[in-house]
Amino acid sequence: MSEFQTVFGSLNDYTKGELKIINDDPKHYVFSNIFDVASKSKPYEKVVVAINLEYVIEAVRAEGVSDWYAVAHDEFAIVMDGEVRIDLVKLDNPNAVAPADKQGAVKVKGEPVGKKMGHIVCKRGHQALLPAGAAYRFTATKTGVMMMQTVLGDLSVQKWAEICYK
Amino acid sequence: MSAAANVLVNASAPSNETGYRTFTLGSFKISRDEYFVHVTWPAKGQQMKHIMSADAFLRAMMRDVAWGFFYGWVNFDGMVGTRNKYGQVEFYAGRYAPAYHDRGLDLVETFDTPLIMATFKAILEDFTNKGFDPFAAPDETGSSWVGKKNGSNTEAIDRQRQACKRMPGLPGDAELRTDSNGYPVNRAFADVVQDAPEVHAEAGFENDVHAMNLFAYLSRSDVTWNPSVTSVCGRSLCCPTTEEYILPIKHGNDRVEWFVQLSDEIEWEVEDKLTGLPRAKAIMKAGDVAAMPANIRHQGFSKKRSMLLVWENATPELPEMYESGKLQPYPVNF
Ligand SMILES: [Fe+2]
Repeated sequence: MSEFQTVFGSLNDYTKGELKIINDDPKHYVFSNIFDVASKSKPYEKVVVAINLEYVIEAVRAEGVSDWYAVAHDEFAIVMDGEVRIDLVKLDNPNAVAPADKQGAVKVKGEPVGKKMGHIVCKRGHQALLPAGAAYRFTATKTGVMMMQTVLGDLSVQKWAEICYK
Repeated sequence: MSAAANVLVNASAPSNETGYRTFTLGSFKISRDEYFVHVTWPAKGQQMKHIMSADAFLRAMMRDVAWGFFYGWVNFDGMVGTRNKYGQVEFYAGRYAPAYHDRGLDLVETFDTPLIMATFKAILEDFTNKGFDPFAAPDETGSSWVGKKNGSNTEAIDRQRQACKRMPGLPGDAELRTDSNGYPVNRAFADVVQDAPEVHAEAGFENDVHAMNLFAYLSRSDVTWNPSVTSVCGRSLCCPTTEEYILPIKHGNDRVEWFVQLSDEIEWEVEDKLTGLPRAKAIMKAGDVAAMPANIRHQGFSKKRSMLLVWENATPELPEMYESGKLQPYPVNF
C-alpha cells in the first residue's frame, strides 16, 4: 500500500473547490466543476466549461448511445469517469457532412457513409483522438463524464451563469 | 567567456572562495554563494541588490529555460523575472514591485532571446551542484544545492519539455512513457491504474484510431511544474503537468489561460500582475475548471503531487489583443 492516495473525481463522488475573493469579481475566474456540470446535463449535451477565442473545452455527460457526429478538425476526448466505446467511420464525403472550414462537431443525418475505421474503449483517464474527417459515436457502457477539446460549434452550449461561482 | 551557439555569455572566472562564477547580463550582475543568489543593478546612481535562496532561484530559472520563457511573465519572486516578447526577452528587477518602480529604483533591460537563453543556461549549469535536481520536489532531491561549488547535474537541467505534434503515441510523434524508456511511475502516483484503452483498428486505419492512458502518462512524469503537450487542436494546446510543493515562479499571464484540475488539489494565490497586490485564492479539486485572467499573476501550492491540465491558446496575436484592450482580460461575460 502506497503512503499516497490519488484523488480523482466521479459523477457520484466529487468535491467542488473554493474561490476566495480578496479584491476581484468571482465571475472573472469562470470557476466550475466538470462533474457538477455533467451531473445536471442531458446525455451528450456539450457544455462549454472553458473558452479561449474560438477554442473550447466541453464537459459531456456520457450516458447511453449518442448520435453520430463528424468534425473537419481533430478533436480529443478524455474520459474522466465511466466507460465509453467510440466507433469511428471514415466518411466517403466528409465535405458534405462537415465542410473543411466548419468549426466544432456537427450531427450526422442518419448513418454515416464510409468505411469502418474501428473502435476504442476508454476508461477513466484514457484519451482518444477523434480524427478530422471521421464520424464518431459514443456508447457509454457505464455512465460517465468526458472532457472534450474542440472548437466552438453549433452544438456547443454556453450556460455560464448556471455552472459558475458568482 | 564561453561561447554557446555563437552567443557570448559574460562570465567571470570561478571565485577563489566559492568556486561559482559571476554572470553579467546587460547592467545586471548575478552571483551566488553558499546559500544565496544575488542580483545587482544600477539605479539612480546606487547599486541595488536583491537576494534569493539559491534553491528557489534555480527552480525558477529552470522553468524559465525549459519553457523557453513561456507566455508572458515568469516572476522568480516579487522582484526579479522575465517577460517574453517572443524573439526578445526582458529581464527586470523591481519593475513589478511598486515601492521600487514608483521611485525609479527598478531596471528593465531587453535582450535577444539567444543571448539571455545562453546566459541562463550557463548560470544554471554553474550554480547547480551535483545531486540537486531543480525539477524535482524537495522530497525527491537532496540539499546538495547548499555550499560551495561541487560538481554539476547537466543531465537534470538538460531535460527537454515533451511536446507532441498531435498526440503522444502516434507514429512519428512524442513517445508514450514506460518503465523501459526511463519513466517509472512516480512514488506519489503508485495507485494510479496503468491499464491501456482497447484500440481495435481496421486494416489501413492503424494510424488514425488511437488512444492512450493520459493519467498513466502523467503518473510517469519525472518533473514537477513542467507542462508537456499531449493534444493539439489548431492553436489549442492541452499541457498537463504534475505538481508538488510550490510552483517555483509566479506566472504573469499575457493571455487568459485555463486550469482543469485532474486529480487531488492545488491552492492558487492570485495577485495583480503589475502590483502584486492580492486578488483571490482558488482552491481547485479534481474536476474543477478555472480561468486565470490576462491581468494577474499566480502561484500554486500542491501538498500532494497532483495532475493539472493547463490549457493554452498559442495564437501569436493574443498578447497584443489584450495589451491594446481589444480583448478584455476575462474570457466571458455572464
Ligand atoms: Fe500559468
